[in-house]
Amino acid sequence: MPHVAIPSLMRNLTAGREHVTVPGNTVREVIDNLEHRYPGVKARLCEEGRIKPGIAVYIDGILTTREGLRERLDADAEIHFLPAISGGIGE
Amino acid sequence: MPEKKEYKVIGTRPIRHDGVDKVTGRALYGADFHTAGLLHGRVLRSPHAHARILSIDTSRAEAYPGVKAIVTAKDLPDAADKVADLGEGAVHLKYLCDNILASDKALYKGHAIAAVAATNAHIAEEACALIDVAYEVLPPVLEVRQAMEPAAPLLHETLKTGSLGETAEEPSNVASHLQHKKGDIEAGFAEADVIIEREFVTGTVHQGYIEPHNATALYNPDGQLTVWCSTQGAFTVREQLTEILQYPISKIKVVPMEIGGGFGGKINVYVEPVAALLAKKTGKPVKVLMNRADVFEGTGPTPASFIRVKMGATKDGKLTAAQTHLAFEAGAYPGSPVGAGAMCIFAPYDIANVLIDGYDVVVNKPKSAPYRAPGATNAAFGSETVIDELAKELNIDALEFRIMNGAKEGVKRADGPVFPRIGFIESVEAAKQHPHYTSPNGKKHHGRGVASGFWFNIGLASSVSISVNPDGTINLVEGSTDIGGTRASIAMQAAEVLGIPAESVNPSVVDTNSVGYTAVTGGSRTTFATGYAAYEAAQDVKRQLIARAAKLWEVDEEDVQFADGEFSCINGKEAQLSFHDLSARLGETGGPVVGSAAVNPPGAGGAFATHIVDLEVDEDTGKVQILRYTATQDAGKAIHPSYVEGQIQGGVVQGIGWALNEEYIYNAEGTMTNASFLDYRIPTCLDLPMIDTVIVEVPNPGHPYGVRGVGEVPIVPPPAAIANAIYDAIGIRMTELPMSPDRMLKAMGKI
Repeated sequence: MPHVAIPSLMRNLTAGREHVTVPGNTVREVIDNLEHRYPGVKARLCEEGRIKPGIAVYIDGILTTREGLRERLDADAEIHFLPAISGGIGE
Repeated sequence: MPEKKEYKVIGTRPIRHDGVDKVTGRALYGADFHTAGLLHGRVLRSPHAHARILSIDTSRAEAYPGVKAIVTAKDLPDAADKVADLGEGAVHLKYLCDNILASDKALYKGHAIAAVAATNAHIAEEACALIDVAYEVLPPVLEVRQAMEPAAPLLHETLKTGSLGETAEEPSNVASHLQHKKGDIEAGFAEADVIIEREFVTGTVHQGYIEPHNATALYNPDGQLTVWCSTQGAFTVREQLTEILQYPISKIKVVPMEIGGGFGGKINVYVEPVAALLAKKTGKPVKVLMNRADVFEGTGPTPASFIRVKMGATKDGKLTAAQTHLAFEAGAYPGSPVGAGAMCIFAPYDIANVLIDGYDVVVNKPKSAPYRAPGATNAAFGSETVIDELAKELNIDALEFRIMNGAKEGVKRADGPVFPRIGFIESVEAAKQHPHYTSPNGKKHHGRGVASGFWFNIGLASSVSISVNPDGTINLVEGSTDIGGTRASIAMQAAEVLGIPAESVNPSVVDTNSVGYTAVTGGSRTTFATGYAAYEAAQDVKRQLIARAAKLWEVDEEDVQFADGEFSCINGKEAQLSFHDLSARLGETGGPVVGSAAVNPPGAGGAFATHIVDLEVDEDTGKVQILRYTATQDAGKAIHPSYVEGQIQGGVVQGIGWALNEEYIYNAEGTMTNASFLDYRIPTCLDLPMIDTVIVEVPNPGHPYGVRGVGEVPIVPPPAAIANAIYDAIGIRMTELPMSPDRMLKAMGKI
């Protein structure tokens, strides 16, 4: 199952857990399953069906786009949610 | 990982394709652009750093002879609460639009308020003086720590601190807080025998590109908008224009002119939308040029910052914990590079326990813009100074200390990603073995310092197409504006695939209607990503030419081999054709051959650098003279070593300027008092020795030739290396940039 690194600023929602393993074939499914286990996570990460502006999703160390919810995951994928680093335009 | 192999083209030093045009003055820059009926635009800027705009009366200016149109924020579409998606990031549209023409508040001295188009630039300037703006002047906040105080004047009454998806209740100048945490920071410090904690301040610094911003816009009667401008990314200009003007992207064509420097500062748009608004209102082409004061006061510098760094190590030299508080000035609108600074600050080291807090803070200064490894230089000034102090305290050689704790493949950064193969240790080893480091250093007031730096580099999208000419040359079409010789470095990667000389490639940087989407020339991505696209497009050409050779020889494609520019038949048939000869026979084998590729490569590969500097401190004047400078850097694979060396030298020189002289000097009202190159002192060749470079090559597994971006990381180590050398020279730790003569004299107790 994919491993999710919980950002330090969201660990108040996961009882302090830094890493969580949840089922899911896509980032969307992983977030839905995270939400089921830790209510409030989804609202912090998503709005209007997309990853929130200002948040970046890394899968196995590789940055995805704001459309990253559709990204398919390997069984042992590692997912990080990080503050977005803009390409220079602003956040 | 790519094998270390010998190349025919890569690693050589051909003359750049645009060289003749540039040295003969024939290359066309934005200010050179002219067309029939051209009008000239000029921007009226706020005299106040913080003021509410009560009214704008343009009637006197409109009546001035020669004035054709005046625009204000009212001519921009309603931005309200929309989010503009700019491909590489999302931004509040109101912030984006208000930075082009202020609507309700002027947030920095120099903020654009209105613009005039007239028959010549002088009339436009005179008309600007006739625009009557009523302001309610407000107290400015000009320093990050003051801006973070709860009682500080608010720039945006609705801005609330965001923390990874959570928003605070009360308005604040702190736009966002980020945090990276690894291990147990308290346990890490408990394990340490030596702990150093210091505070650092860095000044506001401009990129200092020689060519000011410029744009010419023209609306055709059919609604097609064309903009000619100086930019690091024609496609990002198009994206910003479509959002700011709320105009269809298919109706906007951006033509990148030659660019006289950018260093990150020519990604955001400033005068491009203004020229477009004026062009729409007049029905004529309108050119808007900035002067140097406009550039300093009206475009994004890199931010000032306040940084606290605490690091601990055991007595045998193992780093056990590192903690930092990074507070960066975003300028008038959110979006400082604090995120990048937070990613980079401790990245060179393998430290089990790390806590990084970053704050993006608005102040009454121009909206910050990227500048060469944005955020990383500020951050490294703090961390690399503390690293030096720890090494001294532990009596361990400063470079050996870095090797003992250096990050390598498999190490997890505090922000999450795990390093692939990287060359940090190799860059430090190269410095340690360099004759500079082993040479004597003991004269009075002479000092030697070292520092390292990291920049993560980016990939992003690039497109290239290649057409084969009948004389064995190729035309290569790309969308990356050429700032540092990338026509050559991209052409060479295609040439290597096709076995032809670099001189047989004709590279063209074209407009947004003429090539596939290509992200900015920035993030040290161009030789990596657009080079990757050129490699793939050349592979496409190669595949098609193999098919053509097979057709000629009436064999299967599998029976054709291509090596060193020669096609040969491997099924026993004696047949051979050079790339040149086969190119001449395309007509008889099916017609033109055009190859193309669009890539978005993920494996940019991080870049590391280590620098050594010798300097002398004049105790009477406080002046710091650089005597010798050596920079080592992992380039992965240097496609064109001269341009890698040039990037390293350029980055070092800018870093030296940042360290010793450059800063925006503000008065209490928030006016920059040194907005010219006479008073804002960038180093010249008379100030500096030759910068020695050592290219280390640890191939990047994410690129077919092992390329790593090289343009940004060389600016990261200089301020810390120089501060460490000053300590070596006079025993004083400098913690504020720039380390200008007055600050040096104060630190020495002379004034």
